[in-house]
Amino acid sequence: MNVIEFSQVWKSFHRAAEQQLLRHYIVDLFDGADSNPFYALKDITFKIGEGECVGVVGSNGAGKSTLLSLVTGLAPPNRGEVKVKGRVAALLELGAGFHPDLTGRENVILNASLMGFKRKEAMNLYEPIVDFAEMADFMDEPLRTYSSGMKLRLGFAVAINLNPDVLIIDEILAVGDQAFQAKCTEKILEIKKAGKTILCVSHNGSTIQSLCDRALWLDHGQLMMDGRSSEVVPAYEGRRAASHA
Amino acid sequence: MWKGDYIFFLESMVMKDFKIRYRNMSLGVFWSLLNPLILMAVMTFVFTVLTPNNTIQYFPLFVLCGLVPYNFFSVAWNSGTVSITNNAGLIKRVPVPREVVPISTVLAACIHLLIQIGLLLAVTLVYGRGINWNWLYLPVVWALAVVFVCGIVLVTSALDVYIRDIRYVVESFVTVLFWSVPIFYYPSAEISQRFSYVFDYNPITALIFALRSILIDGHAPPFSLLAKFALVSLGMFGIGWFVFGRLKSRFFDYL
Repeated sequence: MNVIEFSQVWKSFHRAAEQQLLRHYIVDLFDGADSNPFYALKDITFKIGEGECVGVVGSNGAGKSTLLSLVTGLAPPNRGEVKVKGRVAALLELGAGFHPDLTGRENVILNASLMGFKRKEAMNLYEPIVDFAEMADFMDEPLRTYSSGMKLRLGFAVAINLNPDVLIIDEILAVGDQAFQAKCTEKILEIKKAGKTILCVSHNGSTIQSLCDRALWLDHGQLMMDGRSSEVVPAYEGRRAASHA
Repeated sequence: MWKGDYIFFLESMVMKDFKIRYRNMSLGVFWSLLNPLILMAVMTFVFTVLTPNNTIQYFPLFVLCGLVPYNFFSVAWNSGTVSITNNAGLIKRVPVPREVVPISTVLAACIHLLIQIGLLLAVTLVYGRGINWNWLYLPVVWALAVVFVCGIVLVTSALDVYIRDIRYVVESFVTVLFWSVPIFYYPSAEISQRFSYVFDYNPITALIFALRSILIDGHAPPFSLLAKFALVSLGMFGIGWFVFGRLKSRFFDYL
């Protein structure tokens, strides 16, 4: 069974997206908007089956984040079709909606509600989340007193406990100190063993190669290669080394 | 797609708005009471002491019946309009149902509204205008007002993503409203006839008239007023839902 399915997906951003003042908008209307779209993804087709662990590699601006925004349902494609089954948890959403004036506890509950937890799940998982983050002593302090590492740990703890069908990891293994990183990696491997689908995005080939069996290589919005990570990653790194030389 | 618990999410967002507004203030919720009381006192002073040819009875109560609805509209509409752009971090990172964001802002404003309604009822009792059966109309008219604000906020919050000037248009409009709805005056029959299009289908005016008739006169609001009020409020909500639905898919690209 396919969990993620992209068929001939195109995604564009129009270049004037930064100009939102009224006069720009009017000028755009008369010019005929979107005369010069920028395609972040061009004709992407792939399928990911249940339980697969797939890495996405590519340099900056290759379209990796755009791909993730389509998988999580944040944005619709311009052309083509995106199908995703089950509950998606994206570790790029760490701490979305966190507010500095709320306490750690209030932030965890708020974050849980917008990550898609039911109220009961959120209450039941609150203790495990705090335990995982190792922050039980600070939960009644406002978030603005936390270090950035503490915020990330808390966000990671909520996301990883969502028990998702699809887990999306975006350059995230740099959370916290080494011990916490090891704990995160262990948790991710546990999720992988449980037969969940994992999509892992990085510009660092070795992370992908150690975690994923299969890899996709994106370059300037195009799918260059789709195959075993032991073949795709060296090809991507060879190309990158060549372009730097 | 997002498969969470709508009610839980809505409630969390409302409580977040409410908590962060008051957390760092020592007077907290009292600001909700203080602001209308001060305006009521100032206006009563201006219109009964400085210009004493005023025939309106129970003037402070009369003014408060205008101020409380106006305050609610102004706060809810202004904060609702910028709610999507201010929550860009959320919209860009989590596929939460977008409608919940502006609506939760309006509902957070409703918490202040409840406090101010409490004040309004207290002042009514102070002036010896007792409780009567027509008070049962109060939840109805307030609910219609909330529905109307949700509708208009759905429109302006979505537009504000594409055209950031909208927030200033709304701000200016709200200032004009202060004078164009009868907060501190009572339009004579001739005037309300001449400007009937300004008064009749304006839900804020409808709410103010309904409150005065229920609280001061002890009468039920006229049926024609309630009918127009309901028509405009539900119509506005329908329009808001439709417009928001059409515009929301590209929020991600424009934020």
